[in-house]
Amino acid sequence: MTVVSGSRRAGPDPGPPAADPRSPDRAVPHPGAAARGASRPSVALVVLACVLGACMLVPIGYIVSVVFDIGWPTLSRLIFRPRVGDLLRNTVLLVVIGVPATVVLGVGGAWLVERTSLPGRRGWAIVLVAPLAIPAFVSSYGWGSTVPSVEGLGGALLVTTLAYYPLVYLPAMAAIRGLDPALEESARSLGLGSWAVFARVVLPQLRLAVLGGGLIVALHLLAEYGAFAFIRFDTFTTAIVVQYQSTFAGPAAGALGVVLATLCLTLLVAEASARGRLRYARIGSGAPRPPVPVRLGRATPLAVGAVAVTGAAAVGVPLTSVVRWLAAGASWTEPELPAALAQTAVLAGGGAILAVLVAFPTAWLTVRHPSRLSRAVEGMSYVASSLPAIIIALALVTVTLRTVPSLYQTAFTVMLAYVIIFLPRALVSLRSGIAQAPESLEEIARSLGHSPMAARARVTLPRLVPAMTAGAALVALGAANELTATLLLAPNGTRTLATQFWSAASAVDYPAAAPYAMLLILLSVPAVALMFVHSRKVPAR
Amino acid sequence: MTALSVAGVTKAFGHVPVLREVSLVVPAGTRTAIVGSSGSGKSTLLRLIAGFERADAGEIRLGDRALTAPGSFVPAHRRGIGYVAQDGALFPHLTVEQNIRFGLPRRARHTSRVRRVMELVSLDPELSGRYPHQLSGGQQQRVAVARALAPGPRVILLDEPFSALDTGLREQTRQAVVDALEQSAVTTVLVTHDQDEALTFGHQIGVLDGGRIVQSGPPAAVFDDPVTVDVATFLGAAVLLPAAPAEGYADCALGRIPIRHDHSGAGRRAQALLRPDQIQVTPNSGPPNAVVDKVQPRGSYAEITIRTVADDTTRVTLRVPIHQAADYRASLPVSVRVAGGCVLYPLG
Repeated sequence: MTVVSGSRRAGPDPGPPAADPRSPDRAVPHPGAAARGASRPSVALVVLACVLGACMLVPIGYIVSVVFDIGWPTLSRLIFRPRVGDLLRNTVLLVVIGVPATVVLGVGGAWLVERTSLPGRRGWAIVLVAPLAIPAFVSSYGWGSTVPSVEGLGGALLVTTLAYYPLVYLPAMAAIRGLDPALEESARSLGLGSWAVFARVVLPQLRLAVLGGGLIVALHLLAEYGAFAFIRFDTFTTAIVVQYQSTFAGPAAGALGVVLATLCLTLLVAEASARGRLRYARIGSGAPRPPVPVRLGRATPLAVGAVAVTGAAAVGVPLTSVVRWLAAGASWTEPELPAALAQTAVLAGGGAILAVLVAFPTAWLTVRHPSRLSRAVEGMSYVASSLPAIIIALALVTVTLRTVPSLYQTAFTVMLAYVIIFLPRALVSLRSGIAQAPESLEEIARSLGHSPMAARARVTLPRLVPAMTAGAALVALGAANELTATLLLAPNGTRTLATQFWSAASAVDYPAAAPYAMLLILLSVPAVALMFVHSRKVPAR
Repeated sequence: MTALSVAGVTKAFGHVPVLREVSLVVPAGTRTAIVGSSGSGKSTLLRLIAGFERADAGEIRLGDRALTAPGSFVPAHRRGIGYVAQDGALFPHLTVEQNIRFGLPRRARHTSRVRRVMELVSLDPELSGRYPHQLSGGQQQRVAVARALAPGPRVILLDEPFSALDTGLREQTRQAVVDALEQSAVTTVLVTHDQDEALTFGHQIGVLDGGRIVQSGPPAAVFDDPVTVDVATFLGAAVLLPAAPAEGYADCALGRIPIRHDHSGAGRRAQALLRPDQIQVTPNSGPPNAVVDKVQPRGSYAEITIRTVADDTTRVTLRVPIHQAADYRASLPVSVRVAGGCVLYPLG
């Protein structure tokens, strides 16, 4: 005979059921989740977000229209020629060698400062991220004007690897800080040495960070103009600019644009396929303990030497060069300097405000009303911004001339280009801001007598101000350094810091370019500091 | 003071039914606790009353005023119903004082009003300038209750407000909140998964299971006479024994026990519910009618499993204070006595 004894005590709400990893879209709906996650957005919001998302696709539309306008016979004649083969070889070599090089530097640096006994690793962590504050074309100017033999493929690889490896270093550092040291300890207890643990446990978990960072580096390599033009290395982007300058937006420039856009979209698809559905998260409860740094022992001088050489090459050489040219007779009193600063502020500031306004409906829809539609709208923004600035600029030239000629070569069009290029920066900031202002706070405000609009104004908006400011700052600082689209789209007589720098540097007037280079570096410092702090917000394990 | 009534409320999310024809009356100025396990629909019920969600069917009324009814829906900000979320949901960019003042009309936003409400929930006035992240969990919950009470709502809804607090702090905070609610005499609905909390919180308890209120009434009455075995076992430790009812008594392995309440449907075979504290076991006192099977220390108490002499296959697990555990060992004959009566349910 059985006797039931004891109590049945209900536990706390376990939250929504985990989605089936094999079919993530078929997760069993949880009442609470449904209550908060599936609320219907207003029609106006959906329409606005869709229209803005569609506007972001203008560059893609331009590429498609080029294909149809030129026609396949002409297009194939323009594409399948030796010149394009050379450009393709240069570009592919750049990506195939440059991306792994940045991964080695980025991941190696991140591991050294986060997981080893490297002396002074806090300081090295800052030194290794510092190259981000130096625009690639300024870095190229620094190297090219100091070591004239830096040119061609070797020079391009040297300059861009040193300029772009922080794009892998930052996500790798954040990922390593988030790793559970218990995994490494378990591996050690299974007999693996330090290097084996790194190769078999740490490295596989960095796959997402490496893929993401590598993709961004590859897209930068495809889009870069100034750095390669300065050291006379031809890529699709430099060739398109040359074509544009000689034949305006003619078929040849369009055809090269088609190839370049195809390369970008191929990279996007390849990265997405390689990433698949991978997600790494710590499993289990309890607070992870801080890791015990790997003792470098006799390898310490080698490690210190490696980070020191990297820092010196990536930051020291360009910075020393700029300072040297400043000392060689650069004038801070040129009347064009304040004008360039003011015009940069107006264009970059305007672009930043516009970007935040454009990003807002999409960010709101994505966070508050997640759905396939909101993901699609968000995806449009990311795809558009991954295209090189030269294509975005060509698209805006074509569209404004064909549809609204009065907008051609206006400040508004430049700002529009900045919006398309830098929208993800505003989007990501706003998304995190909106996510940190949960709907439950608005509900509380409503229960205290506030209408939905008043609740948003008093509760959500104040929470969003820092995110909006940060997003606008990141866009503005990126726009201040933007060269390619600004060169093509800015009204005649426009002088920004980047265009003024380029004008002087390409005329081999290095001293005259130096003040602009220094201002561009100083302007970038806050954005880099922000990114560095953000990447270290992941608590160190 | 206004009574709250919920009548035939039904709610589904997509194809998942969450509440099925829930009806409930909360008399004016009283406190009602709704208890249920995870996924029983208790938070959804609260959100419907607050006006954060719309019911698919049914009515919610506050006094004579229909808040939710076919063709009419009063939005949350016009209901005059305070809501306290599980985590307090304090506005992080506002200080304690600004949080509490948030729902007050402009003319009523004076410090004395804030101080009065803070006193009501036993909050130190010196905390008024602090931000939520500078408060302990218990203080945050008191601020959340103070904020909800400040505008003088007709009803307050508490969504598991103490569940995130540790045991000591939970009891202390709960008492402070109950005292505040008592003084303000506001009609209150609490939802919780904690049976002890539900049984001690207020004047009425409702047991929510599978989206339905399966029983409601005064806590003592519901605990004394659960209508089903599920409710009985959910509300506390239970001993269920096969029994044969006969003339107001139930014959079971522990002897003949008076029947307090009979839900067995007059069947010949039934099961008798006893609470463990009704069963007294003593070694060396009176004629032994059971034998100790095993003794397992569990911290402050020990679990003693006995088998009865009358039915060797019956096992009953009881608790004794840990300092008495040494008096028991396996195979020790003991005397078992049942105090009070039992509740009968159908067998199986």
